Amino acid sequence: MTDRSDVRAAVQARLKKRHAAERRFRLYGLLAVGVAIAFLLLLLGRIIEQGHTAFITHSITLDVAVDAQRVDPAHPQGANYDQMAAEALMARLGVDADDADNARAARDLLSPDMGFQLLSQVREDPSLIGQTLTIEAPVGDSADLYFKDEISRDTPEDLRVLSNQQIGWLDRLEADGLVESHFNTGLFTRSDSTQPETAGLLGAVVGSALMLMVTALLSIPIGVLAAVYLEEFAPKNKLTEIIEVNINNLAAVPSIVYGLLGLAVFIGWMGLPRSSPLVGGIVLSLMAMPTVIIATRAALKAVPPSIRDAALALGASRTQTVFAHVLPLALPGVMTGAIISMAHALGETAPLLMIGMVSFVPGVPEGVLSASSALPTQIFIWENAAEAAFHERTAAAILVLLVFMVVMNAVAIIVRRRLERRW
Amino acid sequence: MVGLILILLAVFSAATYWFARRRVVLAIANGGPRAHSRPKYHGAHAAIWAAVPAIVVLLVLAAAGPRLTTAITWADLPQAAPAAEPFRSQFQFDAEAIAAGRTPSAVAYSPAQRQALDAHAERIGAINGLLRLGGLAAVLLAALIGGLYAWSRARPDFRARNSVERWVAVLLFGCSAVAVLTTLGIVLSLVWESLRFFQTVSPWDFLTGTHWSPQIAIRADQVGSSGGFGAVPLFVGTFLIMAIAMLTAAPIGLMAAIYLAEYASKFQRAWIKPVLEILAGIPTVVYGFFAALTVGPAFRSAFNGLGEMLVGGPLNGLGLYLMGVQNQMALVAGFVMGIMLIPFVSSLSDDIINAVPQSLRDGSYAMGATRSETIKKVVLPAALPGVAGAMLLAVSRAIGETMIVTMAAGLQARITANPLDSVTTVTVQIVTLLTGDQEFDSPKTLSAFGLGLTLFVVTLILNIVALRIVQHYREQYD
Repeated sequence: MTDRSDVRAAVQARLKKRHAAERRFRLYGLLAVGVAIAFLLLLLGRIIEQGHTAFITHSITLDVAVDAQRVDPAHPQGANYDQMAAEALMARLGVDADDADNARAARDLLSPDMGFQLLSQVREDPSLIGQTLTIEAPVGDSADLYFKDEISRDTPEDLRVLSNQQIGWLDRLEADGLVESHFNTGLFTRSDSTQPETAGLLGAVVGSALMLMVTALLSIPIGVLAAVYLEEFAPKNKLTEIIEVNINNLAAVPSIVYGLLGLAVFIGWMGLPRSSPLVGGIVLSLMAMPTVIIATRAALKAVPPSIRDAALALGASRTQTVFAHVLPLALPGVMTGAIISMAHALGETAPLLMIGMVSFVPGVPEGVLSASSALPTQIFIWENAAEAAFHERTAAAILVLLVFMVVMNAVAIIVRRRLERRW
Repeated sequence: MVGLILILLAVFSAATYWFARRRVVLAIANGGPRAHSRPKYHGAHAAIWAAVPAIVVLLVLAAAGPRLTTAITWADLPQAAPAAEPFRSQFQFDAEAIAAGRTPSAVAYSPAQRQALDAHAERIGAINGLLRLGGLAAVLLAALIGGLYAWSRARPDFRARNSVERWVAVLLFGCSAVAVLTTLGIVLSLVWESLRFFQTVSPWDFLTGTHWSPQIAIRADQVGSSGGFGAVPLFVGTFLIMAIAMLTAAPIGLMAAIYLAEYASKFQRAWIKPVLEILAGIPTVVYGFFAALTVGPAFRSAFNGLGEMLVGGPLNGLGLYLMGVQNQMALVAGFVMGIMLIPFVSSLSDDIINAVPQSLRDGSYAMGATRSETIKKVVLPAALPGVAGAMLLAVSRAIGETMIVTMAAGLQARITANPLDSVTTVTVQIVTLLTGDQEFDSPKTLSAFGLGLTLFVVTLILNIVALRIVQHYREQYD
């Protein structure tokens, strides 16, 4: 017998190497999962970090004298209320109101909303002309950012939007207790605006809701019935096969192509109004339909054949079997799939850009035919805006969108947990 | 108007349902003959006949009505109408707008033309009113005839259930045909608009030209100048960003899938899978925002910092270049897109790896192989076709992805393989061409459809090939 210790040592050494390789490989896998999770956390963390400030805003209370000399009671809209508000601010601060630079600097700190509020009050009650009104309005976007410490006084003066003089004024106003911070209800009660401090999401939320309603009304019934046909009725022939291949491929068509379809067919050819939730909803429903069909078919497949056999044996027709027994039993799965595809449709952006839902719409849409924006396109619009104050609002809008999606997915999970039946 | 008619029709068909049902109930009551179908089927049969023909008539009229008016009045435009196109069409268009109570365009008409316009609008209004009245009568007539016909058949021996079920079958088939109609709609609209585009720019120039500047072709008033519509820079940009995305997503996604399928405990799977699903559920516009405002600036400052360190050293030129790198580089868009694709790649690969039969693994373990050796030498080669299919699907997603590139990539069309350069993609250009002010007929707008058609064809081929591979692979182990 020869001594095999050298062989054993070589085997041991190789085994050690192989085990090290094993550990390394496993580590790579763990690392990959870790990278994905880390990016999710980074993404959510960054958006919360950028967006949470938008839920707080600062408003200022001023006593504004409505100068009877400058307001024509017949044409109250002709007067410069912003200037009056700025003068009230300067009077409060005790600076020379006749200086044009001072006036401009003061106007910059106030939101045009103050002027609008003055105008609407005067319009409602012309007897207010000549009196002093107490108005509470949001501060200007730059002043708001300053109060949130987003604009630092340590930045050199020429690199920030507020001058030293303006910052001094803001400090004094805050010390005087005129500035108040509170929850930004305007974010949910106002619609889009060119001024960040008065821009809100109401119009976009309503637009998205209308659009989703159209999508749900079209894609869920049509998708479910199509799935019922393919799963329960369709004969195995060439035509059925074509339809099936078609649906699988439609699910993978880039979303922007659906937008082109919407632009060419629904707007160009049928003449439906641009930027309307109706067109958006139709386009999204075409996109959502393959997903609804695929989910419904999976749910129908999960219903055991014994149910069908029992119904048929008792003399029910095929239609009766499907609609009275199979479909009701598959309903939880169908609903889960439908809700998840609606949540997907809610976040879809690219096709909406094609059909003009990126235009500036300052009001709340009145119906499915009026011009409207939607939550994801509002995010896109605000992201492109120049003012820094829109950035926090973009992140806040993303948070609102994500909350809606989380709620919808949670509902889907609850439906699945509560109603799902295992056979 | 249409809404009111629809409500009327709904009420009418509900009434027919009730009457037809009652007729059968009364006929079989008190020892009458046995009915073939339950009374509700007779009711449903009558309701269908009351509603469907009327709705068909209504839809046809609603679609054809305005066109009919245009056709009738276009033939005899007043003498004063401008003779030259496009003003002649605009005249007709404005008259229709006035007749519908909308504001006409801001075209300045002469007093004589203005008068003719108003007269023409009045004429259109009158014809519209007549058509509407006639349409209403036709719809009501259709509903009445349909309802009476079905009501007359509501007798116990009539096989109402079979008839209703035939209608249901037609409805079901119609619903699944919508999918085919959608595809047809996509293909026809893309091809139709692209054909109009290719009348001014030859397809060859479009697909092989290296100069892309659709804006300039408009400004110089050289409609159809072929120089501006060479799409090769866009294809190169799309490919570059797709390659970066796949270099990010493929290894990370595949390794994550391997870990989930082969190593993770039940508990880990229960946690990691939902997290990846959340990552997959985040809208792309959010990724775009993240790329533009977080990743872009971070990458730029990292490269700028690196450049500062290199400046003055042996790599001075490279340092200077790195210091000038901007936010909108291909790397940023590609990298973020790669993150977006990780859950897509990993869930597809996970399914495919799980489909590899356990016997293959067991055989490998029995020969003394470690887990990683089994995965690398046995599982992955067996799963390779499926994984390749999954990667192709991911490539197709990357090519068609719009929001991330629109928000994080640039607009400069250039041919480069440098990931630090700013490039543009097919989807970015489609968005740029079709948002903002546009005339529907300019080659600039139509070129977006040419790009869309190219995109559709490429992604369709990728999908078909990928789905074939995945399907074939599944059959192999089933």
